[in-house]
Amino acid sequence: MPTYPAISPDWPGNLWLHALVIGVFLIAFLMVTVMTYIWIERRGLGRFQARLGPNRAGPLGLLQAFADMIKILTKEDIIPSRADRLLFWLAPVAAFVPVVMVLAVIPLWPGLQLADLNTGVLYILAVSGIGTIGIFLSGYAGNNKYGLIGAMRETAQLMSYELPLMLALLSVVILTGSLSITELVAAQDVPFILVQPLGFVVFFLATLAEINRSPFDLVEADSELASGFNIEYSGMKFALLYVVEYSEAVVASVLVATFFLGGWRGPLLPPVVWLLLKMVLVFFVIIWIRATLPRLRIDQALGFAWKYLLPIALFNLVTTALTAVFLPNLSVWVVAPINILLAAAAMVLGARQFKPGHANYERLEP
Amino acid sequence: MLKTEPFILNIGPQHPSTHGVFRLRATMDGEIMTDVEPVFGYLHRGLEKLMEGRTYKENIPLTDRLDYVSAINNNWPYVLALEELAGISVPARAEYIRVIMGELQRIASHLLAIGSLMNDMGAFYTPFMYMFREREKILDLFSMVTGQRLLYNFMRFGGVSHDFPAEFLPALDKLLRTLPGFLDEYDALLAENEVLLGRTKGVGRLSAEMAINASVSGPVLRGSGVRWDIRKASPYSVYDHLEFDIPVGTIGDTYDRYRVRMAEMRESIHLIRQATQQLPAGKTMNNVPLRFRPPRGEAYAQVEAPRGALGCYLVSDGSETPYRCHFRAPAFLNLSALKEMLIGQKLSDAIIIFGSIDISMGEVDR
Amino acid sequence: MKLPALPELACSLGAEIDPSGSGLIVQPEKLLETARHLKETPGLDFTYLDMITAVDYPDNFEIIYRFLSLKRNEAVIIRTRVDKENASVPSISPLWRGADYQEREIYDLFGIAFAGHPNLRRIMLWEGFKGYPLRKDYQGNA
Repeated sequence: MPTYPAISPDWPGNLWLHALVIGVFLIAFLMVTVMTYIWIERRGLGRFQARLGPNRAGPLGLLQAFADMIKILTKEDIIPSRADRLLFWLAPVAAFVPVVMVLAVIPLWPGLQLADLNTGVLYILAVSGIGTIGIFLSGYAGNNKYGLIGAMRETAQLMSYELPLMLALLSVVILTGSLSITELVAAQDVPFILVQPLGFVVFFLATLAEINRSPFDLVEADSELASGFNIEYSGMKFALLYVVEYSEAVVASVLVATFFLGGWRGPLLPPVVWLLLKMVLVFFVIIWIRATLPRLRIDQALGFAWKYLLPIALFNLVTTALTAVFLPNLSVWVVAPINILLAAAAMVLGARQFKPGHANYERLEP
Repeated sequence: MLKTEPFILNIGPQHPSTHGVFRLRATMDGEIMTDVEPVFGYLHRGLEKLMEGRTYKENIPLTDRLDYVSAINNNWPYVLALEELAGISVPARAEYIRVIMGELQRIASHLLAIGSLMNDMGAFYTPFMYMFREREKILDLFSMVTGQRLLYNFMRFGGVSHDFPAEFLPALDKLLRTLPGFLDEYDALLAENEVLLGRTKGVGRLSAEMAINASVSGPVLRGSGVRWDIRKASPYSVYDHLEFDIPVGTIGDTYDRYRVRMAEMRESIHLIRQATQQLPAGKTMNNVPLRFRPPRGEAYAQVEAPRGALGCYLVSDGSETPYRCHFRAPAFLNLSALKEMLIGQKLSDAIIIFGSIDISMGEVDR
Repeated sequence: MKLPALPELACSLGAEIDPSGSGLIVQPEKLLETARHLKETPGLDFTYLDMITAVDYPDNFEIIYRFLSLKRNEAVIIRTRVDKENASVPSISPLWRGADYQEREIYDLFGIAFAGHPNLRRIMLWEGFKGYPLRKDYQGNA
């Protein structure tokens, strides 16, 4: 494995300069990626739906996101008369900050990270949960019933999916033996998706639910809640919520890429290119799912977390722990096929037991 | 226990899933609808009153505006009633043209119905766009014959306004060859999707007794397992020379209504094939005096429109304008069963149940 | 669709046959009884209410009911006539849910009251609308 020079050398100043430069860089990186993601999503969805997608603003419609942003920013900023004004202001910010904070511990390049915490995984889990408060507040503060229903759904969904998400990460941590993200990436001589296929599936699905992507987009639910939690927002505040939505997608794809696809590691190309490629790949799958599946009902979504994801996450955790304790030196090329087989078996068996819908519909009588 | 109280949720008149300007005033207990009251009339244009002030011929374009997504089927009961009243005969070729156009219109309308049902379910526009791609081909055929894409003003008492142009039958043949394959493909994609099955099976069940009691007709009635189709029960036009099946559902849930619509499209293709084979030569319009005065009397005619049994009750006092013209609007009557289906359902289910009835507000409010 | 044996029906209901031969004419007060007879008599089975509408004739309002028997594929039209002053007929919505909105529509547009209707309010037009548009003497402000 080639070694790369660390991007952050000893800065002439002290830690503050490091924090400032990397912090600004991270926010800029996030914004540019969000723009790209918006473009990928709109063009990609267009292709999935047998239409063209935006192609007028700039070459290939690349400037569409800018045009949208200019439009949104010049809109009148309406605050409903009976809204909770303070919370209404605060909510988009409270939703945005945690998303940026997660990026602080992700290595985009060896050494290019704001802080190499030795408890990185714990930090990510702790911080990413806070964003939900922002979403909840934005649904609540607008004093709109659709928004409130969306906010309640968001809370219920987060509480259900946090558990399988953590369990999936825990088995990755067992493999690495460290909570540090840097070491986690360093440990992936073979990407963890091969060693931990079940963990990957659980983590990916739980992430989809946490960032409210289809088929778990009950919080927004265009056709039911008319965009749910952000229904009363307009202008700059709406723009921020819109960015939050895509930032979450960026962060989710970064996390999946880092935890399971080997992060920045890869041959030939520079590390950050590898990371971006993996992120886009993950995001493409997210769009693919969005273009394919109908939305789950709230009880089905929660049932899926508790009755399907949680058991298989536990199963995965136990098998990983047993392997780590009793066969610590087993070659990865033996573990990977066995794990893939086990994962397939667990998913199929789980799917037999769990069907979405409160009734087993085979039993319906005419 | 926490103290909770029900709240009132206004779904519509501006809402993505009300298929026009319909309003549901729902009392919600959290996610569950405990009471619901439909509010009509946002699109009431007083069509029946308008018709009393216009001559019989001037009224044909007005009937187009009843159910604006199946305009040809709306002309039909009006001209049938008038032909019965005045004893006008229709040339055989015109009858076949009516059947071909009417069945094409049924396919177009059902494609729209299924597409928007999937949209209500949260399948973000993908099925919708694919259905529209097929519908577009049918609209092209219509514009080939009538010059219009939505409101055709096609039928006349004593015939139809235009004969098929030379390029129509080859184009129709091409459509009939490709459409079944597309339908099979969509059906496979949709009806074997676990999420879709979980969302639709057993949801919004309407018993056959209740369906009959609530004067429900069309695919909703047949979805509940009642084999009743005006084309069979009292064959108008040349339907008694054509062979077709009446597809019915078993338990009357949302899935059955989807299945019935899908099967009806296949039956329609079958019908069009037969009609094109039997299509006789000859004129398409019998002479009707310019200042047309039907004899004093009354007539009632009914056709099977895509949304159900569309009837027209016509009273003539011997003048140039109808004395009274009433439309039995299937979409309006299908809503009679709405309350029965919605109460006790979750909000998400309520939206798709409403979507599965497939109303068109132009017809409901008239 | 066939017509049922009208003379027998008229005899058993005590109604007269419509001159046009498509159905029966009953008195408003016997309407509910007639409807129930049609719906619940085993040999008749007119379980499906196809349509209700009304016509404003110079002398009276005529309310037209069309019933279907899905089992026997028969249709019958029942007419009833009421005076224009304080026009009122019994509601058949206790028997057919499908009558609910149609009766409200007729009430809305003709001003014919349906006695016994659980929720007789305007349906197409808004509360407080003056007049009944489908009456011939309605002067619109268009």
